[in-house]
Amino acid sequence: MAITTAPTASTDRLTTIWETSPGLYGILASVDHKTIGKRYLVTAFVFFLLGGLEAAVMRWQLTRPDTHLLAPEVYNQLFTMHGVTMIFLFASPILSGFSNYLWPLMIGARDMAFPRVNALSYWTFLMSGIFLYSSVVIGQAPDGGWFAYVPMTEQAYSPGLNMDFYALGMIFLAISTTIGAINFVVTFFKLRAPGMSVNRVPIILWGTLSASIMIVFAAPALTASCILLYFDRRFGMHFFDAANGGHPLLWQHLFWMFGHPWVYIVVLPAIGLASDMIPTFARRPLAGYTFVALSTITTAILGFGVWVHHMFATGLPQLATTFFSAASMMITIPSGVAILAWIATLWYGRPVLKTPLLFMAGFIVLFVIGGLNGVMTAPVPFDWQLTDSYFIVAHIHYVLVGINVFPVFGAFYYWLPKMTGHMLSERLGRWVFALMFVGGNLAFFPMHIAGMLGMPRRIYTYQAGLGWDTVNLITTVGAYVFAVGVGLFLVDFFRSLRHGPLAGNNPWDGSTLEWSVSSPPPSYNFAVLPTVRSRYPLWEDRLGEAPRGGGAAVPVLDDGRETFGTSALDSDPEEVLRMPDDSLWPVLVSLALLILFYGLLLSLWWMAIVGVTGVMVLMVGWFWPSRIPTRETALSPREP
Amino acid sequence: MAATALLDRLPVDRADARSPGRWGMVLLITTEASFFAYLLFSYFYLASMARGAWPPTGVPALQLALPNTVILIVSSGTMWWGEVGIRNGNQGRLRLGLLVTLVLGLTFLTIQGVEYSRKTFTPASSAYGSLFFTITGFHGAHVFAGLLMNVVIQVRAWLGHFTARRHLAVSNIALYWHFVDVVWIVVFASLYLTPRLG
Amino acid sequence: MSTDVRNPYYDGYVGVAQIRSFQIRPTKYVSAIYIPIAPQHVGRAASVGALLLPLIAAACAGAPAIFGTHGLAADRIALLGWVCTIISCVVLGIITILVVVALVRRRPARASSADDRIEHSGHAIRWIVIGGIIVPGVTLVVTFLVTLVIQAEVANPPQRPVATIEVTGHRWWWEVKYLGVGPSGSVVTANEIHVPVGQPVRFELVSADVIHSFWVPQLAGKTDVIPGLRNTMWMQADQPGVYWGECAEYCGLQHTHMNFVVVAESPAAFQSWMAQQRQPAARPIDAADADGLDVFRRSGCGTCHAIQGTQAQGRIGPDLTHVASRSRIGAGTLPNTPGNLAGWIANAQALKPGSGMPTMTLSARDLRTLLAYLETLK
Ligand code: HEA
Ligand code: HEA
Ligand code: HEC
Ligand code: CUA
Ligand SMILES: [Cu+2]
Repeated sequence: MAITTAPTASTDRLTTIWETSPGLYGILASVDHKTIGKRYLVTAFVFFLLGGLEAAVMRWQLTRPDTHLLAPEVYNQLFTMHGVTMIFLFASPILSGFSNYLWPLMIGARDMAFPRVNALSYWTFLMSGIFLYSSVVIGQAPDGGWFAYVPMTEQAYSPGLNMDFYALGMIFLAISTTIGAINFVVTFFKLRAPGMSVNRVPIILWGTLSASIMIVFAAPALTASCILLYFDRRFGMHFFDAANGGHPLLWQHLFWMFGHPWVYIVVLPAIGLASDMIPTFARRPLAGYTFVALSTITTAILGFGVWVHHMFATGLPQLATTFFSAASMMITIPSGVAILAWIATLWYGRPVLKTPLLFMAGFIVLFVIGGLNGVMTAPVPFDWQLTDSYFIVAHIHYVLVGINVFPVFGAFYYWLPKMTGHMLSERLGRWVFALMFVGGNLAFFPMHIAGMLGMPRRIYTYQAGLGWDTVNLITTVGAYVFAVGVGLFLVDFFRSLRHGPLAGNNPWDGSTLEWSVSSPPPSYNFAVLPTVRSRYPLWEDRLGEAPRGGGAAVPVLDDGRETFGTSALDSDPEEVLRMPDDSLWPVLVSLALLILFYGLLLSLWWMAIVGVTGVMVLMVGWFWPSRIPTRETALSPREP
Repeated sequence: MAATALLDRLPVDRADARSPGRWGMVLLITTEASFFAYLLFSYFYLASMARGAWPPTGVPALQLALPNTVILIVSSGTMWWGEVGIRNGNQGRLRLGLLVTLVLGLTFLTIQGVEYSRKTFTPASSAYGSLFFTITGFHGAHVFAGLLMNVVIQVRAWLGHFTARRHLAVSNIALYWHFVDVVWIVVFASLYLTPRLG
Repeated sequence: MSTDVRNPYYDGYVGVAQIRSFQIRPTKYVSAIYIPIAPQHVGRAASVGALLLPLIAAACAGAPAIFGTHGLAADRIALLGWVCTIISCVVLGIITILVVVALVRRRPARASSADDRIEHSGHAIRWIVIGGIIVPGVTLVVTFLVTLVIQAEVANPPQRPVATIEVTGHRWWWEVKYLGVGPSGSVVTANEIHVPVGQPVRFELVSADVIHSFWVPQLAGKTDVIPGLRNTMWMQADQPGVYWGECAEYCGLQHTHMNFVVVAESPAAFQSWMAQQRQPAARPIDAADADGLDVFRRSGCGTCHAIQGTQAQGRIGPDLTHVASRSRIGAGTLPNTPGNLAGWIANAQALKPGSGMPTMTLSARDLRTLLAYLETLK
């Protein structure tokens, strides 16, 4: 055990220090990473349900040929909102939710590096989601597809507010994503418990770190392209207008420079979740830890070099496409490494087939299918046939459902007991898995065939006699089976809140630090901040890695909200960090941003100015120090 | 005992280049720099795709831009000068440095405004116009943001918030200002100098 | 034939409800294109995983399938496709077996899990290096080489193309122009491309508005149609037939109904088709037809449509000079029967909502004479 029991902490005192204030103020002002993490999870899951609902309606329409239940403009909004919701409002935020909740607990800290930024990140995510979905209320939801190719999305061809919602919504959301990512990177390098050197962190940290670094570099591409789009639409500029010196392919380059990294952003943390769950159920440390950690980093780097594979059919020079084709094939290697590492872990372990492990097994298989059909589109000539067909729809769902949704559901079964204190049902869990796995394959496998039979994507109906009827029927059935699985999960979840058996600290016999505290964890996470000596702190006895010697005793840190700041690689304690108290600034700033974006949307410039000014004034308030060190030593009696 | 010994050794919020706040600023700058990189990519992409002369409106003149560049570089120097001042506990030097930087920054924006007003094209007249105004405009907005931060930090400097060892806010904002300066040099080289090469 | 009412809806106004009932049912003409496929094949294929390959092949025979090819480029690509598909199935099979076996295999008893760790970590690394790096690496290099070969093969036609066709993507129909043909320098038609069998033809793709993508799955891969660019591609059909073509890039409201057909016919048949297309429109032979042309003029059709040999020279919609010779109307939306044509003119917005073709309000008599005239435009 890594937890040094030095001075017994007064947990009462810690509770008063760390507990969020009660009442409405506390709800709005909370900066607790656990609260924020849970909010992220719930909000993103609601968006998942919305996106799923949109998919369900689309599938209804596509079940049979020549169906005209939905007008084309409705269908086009549906698939666009489905894609945007799933990719931006579900896939990435849900992982932020897990990372937010788990990181401090896993690295033995009391919060994230910037708790208030964390809150801002959440509120901004929520507000941008509300902003995007307000378009649905007025019936002008984005309808240009999730990658919104110009010039179709320019004012001339899309005169409504639809694509303004898209452009501004993406910029708005990118703010949330970017500051969230910065927070993760800093937390990774500065807040790990003493002794948790970088080769001892759970893989989820590597996954989220890689993803966050990618966000820092990639998100501005989306912001830039959406700003240019907005300028074109609103101020008659010509970035994408071929008639006036612009170029439609500029959008595609910028978008995919962002978009391809993004698809790895939404899987790397999930790969981390999987890599941390599999060892628990294999009852064995992860095989090839270093390989897996490096594979996330390699994927992150290579992920920036393949964007052109989305543009093979645009008539780019052969040499260029060949290069990106080769790069796209290369990127399979790190994925292969991770997959083999999981298999080896299971092979040499003693797997316990609990629900989370079922999801992991399903995840591996779906990942491989999704990866392989991705590789199939990497050879340029074959992509000319496959691109923009349902084969691509099959690819994106195998990877996104396989590498994102399955790990997420596995992680729900694994970590929800930590968050709620109650176990989910093993029996229902198996059903949920079975329905989702069978339904998912039934829904998405036939899409390969539909694509190979020449069915293009994004069509609101299709004619009979083209050979596409049966595959679509099966897909729809599968989609509904999948939905039943999701519904059953909801049942299980709400049931468990009341009737689920108590989880206890460590129901799965997990190896990482979050399992050393109660479920749900106390507001201060750890009474005594742990010191870490190995990769699997809770398995040290068993792995013959029992602490050598006594190890340094660690202080309690209960002089206000405090946690350790440690060195970037070796995690030597360097400083005591003061953490902020509850604060209203984050929610106010995000409200000001909401005002700004509505102002921009409606061309109400006064409103936009109110918003910007609000943000600036609030930021000054935010950063105005509450404790002003007027004298050298005034800050803390402990300061040397 | 050992626990308190560790505590005695550790500073609280050390507020130097290794502190989280500094990391945060560095990362913010990284992402902003990427943003400008994408804008400049757009510039060069459209330039490479252009049929006919580039820039279509003729090579932008240096009369105003060159002195403006010098002004911004100098302002980086004064910022640095002020920051070194507070590192040595010299409050006056910090205040003066910030003030001069502020004035130089405002001058930069004013001259840029004058240059804008002399342009014969608008953002809506061609893709080049869109690029020129958007890129320099976003840079200008960053200068403006830097100036706002300068004002805040200025007020705090006059209130005596900073000491030789505690001036992270100053260092961060100085770093941001240098970044804005470097971006300008790159933007200037791209928009004003590269058209002269070919 | 002007009063030869073959369709019950032909007489009088055509209501939306009635149009529905004769919408897009495949006509004889259409079903001749597609060898009907047995749906249960596809169904079973989908559910039996790796066993499905031969069945896909069977299913492809009827659909515009990328494995049921009849063109040089598409054949080569299909070969590459098979290589990829087979490799994928093998890899998937191996991994699935490994996962299942890893989960259920029986383990020897052991002393403690510490043993596991020490004993097997070397093995584990071997798994990763061999299974995760070396094997995939080799496989990918092979795949990549095959790709290079095939890409080189399909980059250029085996011989000089015999015709150059400029295809313009409009929202949401295709304008087809045979360049360098006829007295006016080109022959213009829409949504139907005739090509000679066994000979490559060259396509130049331009867009009138947004990005489209030009795709005939059985003959060649896609090429995007991008405003400001003139992308080129080539195609060679090796078997006579009618091939389904699609716009594959989402281009807005009626992206769904932006289809076309490629009619591959013997060079002789192609030549005679071309000769016919070169002619200006058939002159009205009787008073009724002349009346129809008059309706055409009066109703303002000519502002959007051209009929060569008349004053109608509109360029917004498809050239109607030989509209009656085409198999479908509305970019594949409907088979070109008189009933459908009547429905289209009277209510295009119901059949293809948002289409550039407005719903034209004509009296029953006018509609009838107009149709009669249009039917002469062979
Ligand atoms: C979660 C997101 C995710 C992930 C992880 C991936 C992973 C990959 N993707 Fe995918 N991709 C998308 C999301 C994702 N993609 C989306 C959303 C689109 C469509 C956008 C749109 O148009 O709407 C897209 C589109 C897309 C295209 C463009 C298709 C087109 O529109 O024409 C291509 C082309 O190369 C591609 C390739 C790949 C490759 C090579 C991988 C690789 O990373 C896969 C690597 C993994 C494996 C291969 C499996 C494990 C490996 C082994 C078991 C080793 C053995 C393997 C071999 C021997 C091959 N993807
Ligand atoms: C994480 C990403 C993700 C996920 C999880 C999904 C999940 C699903 N997707 Fe989606 N999809 C995309 C990302 C995703 N998709 C993207 C990026 C596109 C491209 C968009 C574009 O072209 O622009 C796309 C496109 C896409 C299409 C193609 C549309 C077209 O081209 O015309 C289709 C068609 O079948 C489809 C179907 C489905 C289905 C059936 C599911 C199912 O798995 C969903 C199952 C879930 C549910 C059904 C929810 C459960 C609901 C309930 C339990 C009911 C209760 C609900 C409430 C009370 C609110 N998706
Ligand atoms: C405002 C312009 C406009 C007017 C006026 C107009 N059309 Fe059209 N027409 C179009 C467009 C655009 C299309 C292509 C629509 C599509 O396929 O989406 C079209 C398509 C057609 C077609 C189908 C052609 C094909 O090959 O698919 C026919 C036939 C036709 N119009 C006849 C008429 C007649 C007859 C009139 C007058 C009574 C008329 N049009 C008036 C714009 C117009
Ligand atoms: Cu044209 Cu899709
Ligand atoms: Cu990609």
